[in-house]
Amino acid sequence: MVMLEEKPSHPLDAYMRTDRLPHIWCPGCGIGIALQQFLWAVKELHEEGKLDPNKIVFATGIGCTGRASGFVKFDTAHTPHGRAIPFAVGVKLANPSLIPIVFSGDGDIASIGGNHMMHAARRNFDMLVIMVNNMTYGLTGGQLAPTTPHSVYSTTTPMGNPESPIDATKVVYSISPNFVARMSITHPNLIRDTVKKALLMKGFRWIEVLSTCPEIFGRHINMRDPYELYSRLKKVVKFKKVASANDIKYDWNSEITCGVFTEKNDPSYMENYLSMYGLKEKLGVLSP
Amino acid sequence: MKAEFLNSNQAVAEGAMAAGLGVYVGYPITPSSDMFEYLSEELPKRGGSVFQAEDEIASINALVGASLAGAKSMTATSGPGFSLMMEGIGFAAMVEAPLMIVDVMRAGPSTGIATQIGQGDIYQARWGSHGVYNLVAYAPASAQEAYDYAIKSFNAAYRVRTPVVLMTDAVLAHTRERVVLRDPGELEIVGRKAPKVAPDQYRPYRPDPEDLVPPMAFYGEGYHPIAESLSHDERGYYKTDDEIYRALVSRLVRKVEVNKSKLIASKSYYVEDADVLFVAIGSMARNLLALVRELRGRGIKAGMFRPISLWPFDDESFVAAAARASKIVTVELNQGQLYQILKGILWDNRNKVSNPTIYNLDMPLPTLPTPDEIMGEIESRGWKLW
Repeated sequence: MVMLEEKPSHPLDAYMRTDRLPHIWCPGCGIGIALQQFLWAVKELHEEGKLDPNKIVFATGIGCTGRASGFVKFDTAHTPHGRAIPFAVGVKLANPSLIPIVFSGDGDIASIGGNHMMHAARRNFDMLVIMVNNMTYGLTGGQLAPTTPHSVYSTTTPMGNPESPIDATKVVYSISPNFVARMSITHPNLIRDTVKKALLMKGFRWIEVLSTCPEIFGRHINMRDPYELYSRLKKVVKFKKVASANDIKYDWNSEITCGVFTEKNDPSYMENYLSMYGLKEKLGVLSP
Repeated sequence: MKAEFLNSNQAVAEGAMAAGLGVYVGYPITPSSDMFEYLSEELPKRGGSVFQAEDEIASINALVGASLAGAKSMTATSGPGFSLMMEGIGFAAMVEAPLMIVDVMRAGPSTGIATQIGQGDIYQARWGSHGVYNLVAYAPASAQEAYDYAIKSFNAAYRVRTPVVLMTDAVLAHTRERVVLRDPGELEIVGRKAPKVAPDQYRPYRPDPEDLVPPMAFYGEGYHPIAESLSHDERGYYKTDDEIYRALVSRLVRKVEVNKSKLIASKSYYVEDADVLFVAIGSMARNLLALVRELRGRGIKAGMFRPISLWPFDDESFVAAAARASKIVTVELNQGQLYQILKGILWDNRNKVSNPTIYNLDMPLPTLPTPDEIMGEIESRGWKLW
């Protein structure tokens, strides 16, 4: 290996704990793409003077995606399984000027943290949730996820998945918080644009990012080659405007609907609480 | 200073607010809910926030977030909710988030009897979450002590950066008494130890050598601390290295031991010449004290030791109280949790005590026995105590 005299720099280094690299993610994994687009969005908003990165609290749960909190240079938390959303609630209650971001996987958010996901959305609680969905439990070795397609093999369903997967985005859409979108790592720039929009909004903002896991999920469906799995995901992703929840599909064999499904400006939980309870001083410092 | 007529749930709420409570997150459960209701009225008036979470798991994890973001944070619950919080208590211990959990004990296991007293959570408070850590737990016995120890619990939490459990019970929770509320200037309030170095020099888990407690940077101050629930080094970086893990968890245990003298509390009654030493906590100790006084009236040299800090335990005061006793009797609404603790302490201090016999008066009842009923229970066991 050739040793470089000077460490090569990357435009996103300022937002990374570069001394922790290399990261733990496998070749062909999509989590890095999702994280990179998030960081680009932060950088651009920072440079445009619209966002102070010192106000970001970046919380994750457990799993491959959960490890992202160790790599980014914000105020961070790596919480127990499924608890990043309530953790973020506490952060915002304590200091309304902070901007909680939850960045975690489908198992973490839609299974063990499913109740928290629903209630944060119902409250229109002030946070941005980015759920990276690779349709499997990657870090624990390929067990069934709530998002695993029907009939697909997993190490805990060796005869195939007898269940139907949850469409977490459709669930959140039905609760109707301020922002609901589904994106895919096959269209990275759209992730960046969506995050930029959602970061500056108030209330509960939800972005699901479809991702690839060739090492585990791909291997289970005989698509170990990252390019093959990527191409398959790209084929099934359909960007659409939807009129109702029924138009959102989550079917690995036909269509996974992507797009921005809800975008509105309803009063957020913190706005309602601080104004109803006469905490006007805190209302003045409330960040998105 | 002013006096109010409060039950201990309200007294805890007042104490917590006096200590600077900023965020209360809870989930309703009998017999703790009226504390939640009281704070819902009072805390916003004093600038704090109250939040009803979807469950106890959300409550405790929100408290960790609130604590790291700079607010003094508290929840109150009872046994079933306390069980659900165990995962988050371990998280708080691991990331060294100072916070306070009030456990209003009720009859268990499981949902037990919602409105009745229990004292079965002593070990759960200490060992309920998996792994290797230490925490602090107090058991007050009056509304006044509930107020005082709410303040002391927050002080302990910030002194050693650890979760603190304030253990009351269903009877105490709803017994109204006169409580003296002190003015801010009359109170000792301990806050966080802030970092003294520049953000790029700051290591969130580098302890001060004397008290083993790392200075605490809040979120939003530019220090970029990592709250890492995995085993971590001083930077908060995940490490599976044997020595780093051992150094971390032994510090989590030892920081409470090193600061023990500032944390322990107990009360001794008539122990100078006590031959029979009774031991009890909370509401039970009050009824027992009445019995001890009655026995003294009959010329029996009875005394009582009441631990207030359960973890860490005030073993020195207990040994001093037990020095002359030939019989020690634990009286508890469980199968003998204090009894188990005391056996170990007596064994460790066998050179300092006169080889007393220790009796386990276990009364796993859902109601608080009167002094006469405690006496009846002693007589029914046929023990020769006097």
